[in-house]
Amino acid sequence: MIQIEKLHKKFGKLTVLDGLDLTIQKGGIFAILGPNGSGKTTLIKCLLGMVVPDKGNIILDGKPILKQWKYRNDLNYLPQIANFPVNLSVKELIAMVKNLRPKASNEQELIDLFGLNPFMKKKLGNLSGGTKQKVNLVLTFMFDSDLIILDEPTTGLDPIALIYLKELIAKEKAKGKTILITTHIMSLVDQMADEIVFLLDGKIYFKGSVSALKTQTEQDSLEHAIAHLISKQYA
Amino acid sequence: MRYLLGLFLLFSFQLQAKTITVCSTCKVKTVAAGVALAADGDTVLVKAGLYKETNIEITKAIKIIGEGFPVLDAEGKKANIFHSENTAGFTISGFKFINVGMSYTKEIAAVFTYRCDDFTISNNKVDMCFYAFMMQRANSSQLINNKIHGKAVKETTSGNGIHLWKCDDMNIIGNVVDGMRDGIYLEHVTCSLITNNISKNNVRYGLHFMFSDNNDYYDNEFMRSGAGVAVMFSKHITMRNNLFHLNWGTASYGLLLKEIYDGFIYDNIFDQNTIGINIDGCNRINYNNNKFIKNGWALKFTGGCYTNIFNTNDFMSNAFDLSYNSHLNDNEFKYNYWSEYTGYDLDRDGIGDVPFRPVKLFSYVVNKTPESLILLSSLFVTIINFSEKVSPVFTPDNLKDATPMMKPVVSIIKPSNKDLTQ
Amino acid sequence: MLKILKYSIYDLLRSRWSYVYFFFYLILGFVLFFLNNNLDKAITTIMNIIVILTPLIGTIFGVMYYYNSKEFTELLLAQPIKRSTIFMGQYLGISLSLTLSLVLGLGIPFALYGLFRSAAIFDFSLLLLVGFFLNFIFVALAFNIAITVDNKIKGFGYAILMWLFFAVIYDGIFMITQNIYNEYPIDKFSLAATMINPIDLSRILIMLKLNLSALLGYTGAIFKQFFGSNLGFFISMAVLILWIVLPVLRMRVKLKKKDF
Repeated sequence: MIQIEKLHKKFGKLTVLDGLDLTIQKGGIFAILGPNGSGKTTLIKCLLGMVVPDKGNIILDGKPILKQWKYRNDLNYLPQIANFPVNLSVKELIAMVKNLRPKASNEQELIDLFGLNPFMKKKLGNLSGGTKQKVNLVLTFMFDSDLIILDEPTTGLDPIALIYLKELIAKEKAKGKTILITTHIMSLVDQMADEIVFLLDGKIYFKGSVSALKTQTEQDSLEHAIAHLISKQYA
Repeated sequence: MRYLLGLFLLFSFQLQAKTITVCSTCKVKTVAAGVALAADGDTVLVKAGLYKETNIEITKAIKIIGEGFPVLDAEGKKANIFHSENTAGFTISGFKFINVGMSYTKEIAAVFTYRCDDFTISNNKVDMCFYAFMMQRANSSQLINNKIHGKAVKETTSGNGIHLWKCDDMNIIGNVVDGMRDGIYLEHVTCSLITNNISKNNVRYGLHFMFSDNNDYYDNEFMRSGAGVAVMFSKHITMRNNLFHLNWGTASYGLLLKEIYDGFIYDNIFDQNTIGINIDGCNRINYNNNKFIKNGWALKFTGGCYTNIFNTNDFMSNAFDLSYNSHLNDNEFKYNYWSEYTGYDLDRDGIGDVPFRPVKLFSYVVNKTPESLILLSSLFVTIINFSEKVSPVFTPDNLKDATPMMKPVVSIIKPSNKDLTQ
Repeated sequence: MLKILKYSIYDLLRSRWSYVYFFFYLILGFVLFFLNNNLDKAITTIMNIIVILTPLIGTIFGVMYYYNSKEFTELLLAQPIKRSTIFMGQYLGISLSLTLSLVLGLGIPFALYGLFRSAAIFDFSLLLLVGFFLNFIFVALAFNIAITVDNKIKGFGYAILMWLFFAVIYDGIFMITQNIYNEYPIDKFSLAATMINPIDLSRILIMLKLNLSALLGYTGAIFKQFFGSNLGFFISMAVLILWIVLPVLRMRVKLKKKDF
C-alpha cells in the first residue's frame, strides 16, 4: 500500500505538487493521468526518490521512504527515455543490473519473448529506439517486485511487442502486484486500468474506476472524459 | 753599484749554498731560527711536524721548503705567519698554514708581503686563516698550486684567499680556493695571468677585479659563490675558457661586470647560475662562443651598455635568455643559437629565416616585481610573452638576432677535472 | 560503490576518448623521450602538459561524462543504491581512468627510457602524483558544476570558464595585484596566492623539484625555503587533498537535495 501525504514540490517558482494526498491500495493497475505539467512524472520520481519533495511524506507498506534507498529493491521502474551507456552490450547491461540488484530474475524468458536474442552482443549505442525500449522492458520486468512503475511504456514499440507488453502487465496484475502507469495512450488505459488517478494543478482531481470517470463526466469514451477533465483547466 | 754587489754576492753564495734542516729533534727547532740562520740562496728544509710560530720575517732570497706538509699554527693570534718586506727571490713551498686569527682592523695573512718581487709561493695548504696570501706592491711573482680552505659565513668576518694590491706581472696558477670571502682578489693589479684555478663556495666572489687593467684569465672554474667572477672598473680584460657554474641563490651571478670597457669574453661556459652574466654599464666588449646553459638569466643588462657584440653564442634552456632595462639598444646579436627559437630555415643555410627576439615581456615584469617570478612558465606568462613576440611594445625593436642559428654553434671541450655534476 | 566504479571504468575503458587520451600521452612520451635529445625541454613540456592539459581534460571529461550518462544515472537511481554511492562511483571511475591513461601513456615510454636512467624515477613519480591530484581535483570541480547547472551547454561553458580561470585568469589577476602592491613586501602574499590555486601549486612543486628554473635563486629564496622543506611539501599535499575533499563534500551535500 502506498500512502502519500501532503506532498509539496516547487521547481523554482513553479508549484508542481501542491499538498497532494493519495492512497493506493495493494494490487491492481493504476493509471496516472493528467495534462502536461500536472506533476505525474514528479510524483513518480518522488516515489522513486529521484525528486526530493519540499514537504510531505510517502509511506510504502507502513515505512516512510523519503531519503531511504533499500526499498527500491522491491520496486521496478521503467524510465521514459531508454538511454543506456553506449559502450555496453545488451548482455553486459543486463548482467550489470542483475549484479546491482542481487535478487532472482527471469530475464531469459523476457529476452525470448521480445526476440532480443540476436541483439545480445550488440552495443546499446547501435540499437534502434524500439529495441532499446524492449531492453528497457526486460530490465524492468525481470525482477519479481511488488511495485512496478511504468513511465510511458509503449514508446516506440511495434504492435506485437505492444501486445506482449499488455500480456506482461496483465500477468503481473494477476500475481497481485501494484502497477502504476503513466501514458498518453488512452486505449491502453481503457483496456487495462483498474483505477484512474487524475492529476491537475499538483493535486488529485479525480480518483476512481474508468466507468466512474465516464459516469461523472457524462462521456461515453475515456478520451472524451479525460478531455473533459482537462478542459476545466483551460476554463 | 748595489746591483753589481748583489750580483756578486748572489754568485758567491750560490757556490756555497747550504741547506738548514728544521725539525723537533734537530739542532734548529723552529722555522724562525732556520730562516734567521739562512743566507741568500740557502734552503731551509722543514720536516713534518707542528710549529706554533708567527711573524717569521723573510729578508733574504732563500728557499723555505716543507717536507710532508709541516704545520705552521698561528693559534688564532692576530699575526702573520710569514712576513716579508722589500725582499726578492724567496720561495715558500710545501707548508700547511692554519689558524690565523680574524681581525676587524688589520689584514692578516698566512703569508704577507710588501714591496716584494720575484717570489714563489707554491704547493701550500691553508686552512682556517683570515687571509691566506696577502701581496702588496708585488711584481713578477708566482702563486702556484696552493690549496686554500676556509669556512667563511659573513663578508665582514672573513678574508680573501689570494689578495693582491698594486701588483704587476703576477701569475696565479692552479690554486684551489674554497670557502673564503673572495677567492682571489685583485685591486690595481695589471698585466697578470690567472689560470687553472678553482674557486668555489666563496661568500662573495670567486675572482674579483677592481681597477685592474690588461689582465687575462682562462681555464678557471668558478662555482657556488656569490658571484663566480666580479670584474669592476677595469679595462682590457680577457676572459676565456672558464667554467662558471652553480652560482645559485639570491643575487648570484656567474660573472658580474661593472664599468668594464674593451674586454673579450669567449669560449666560456655558464651553467646553472642564477644570472649568467650581469652587465652593468659595460661598453665595447666582444662575447663570442660562450655557452649559456640552464641559467635563470643568461644575460642581464643593468645600466647603459653600448656597442657590445654577441656573436656565435649558445643560449640553451635558460629561463630568460636576456633581460633588458631600457628601450634603446646599441648592442649587436648575430649568429647565436637560441634553444627557444621556433623559426624555420627554408633555404637550409643553417640560419633561421625569421629573427629571434630574446627579450621576453615577462622579464620586464620580473624586473619591476621580482616576486612575480613565481608565475614563471605559467600559461598566462606564455600568453603575454607570445603576444609581445607577435607585436613588440616594450622591447626595443632592433633588439633581435636577425640571423639565429638552427643548431648549437659552440663546441667547447670541458676541461677534464671540471665535472659539472659536482 | 565498487560495482558502480567497476562499471564506470568499464564503460570509460570502452570509450574512444579514453584511448585518444591514452595514445596522446603515449605518442607524446615517445616523441619527447626518444626523438628529442634535449631532456630539459622534454621535462618542461611534460610539466606544462600536466599542469595545463590534465586539468582541462579532467574538466571536459567530467562534465561530458556527467551529462552524457544522465539517463544511465537515472537508471541507476531507480535501483536500490544510495545516491552518493552512484556519484562517488562515477567520480572515482572517471578520475581513475583518466589517471590510468596518464600514468600508462607517459609511464610506458619512461619505463623503456628509464631503464637506463633510473635516478629520475622520483621526479617522474612527482609528475605523475601531481597529474593524479589535478585529475581528481578538476573532475570533482567539473562534477560540481554539472550537478549545479542542469543546462548542458551552460554547464560546459562554466566548466571551461572554470578551467580558464585557474589556468590563466587567476595568474593574470595575481600578477596585476603584485604589480600594484610591489612597494610592499608581497612574498608572503605571493606564497599564499600560489598555494590557493591548484594549478599554480602543482607548477611550483614540479619546477622546484626538477630544478628547472631561476626560482631557486633570486627572490625564489622564500619559495625555495618553503616548498623545499618537508613541511612545505606536506602543506602543499594537504592543500591538494583539500582541493579534492571540499568539492567532493559539496557534491555530496548538493546531491542530497538534487532532483533528477
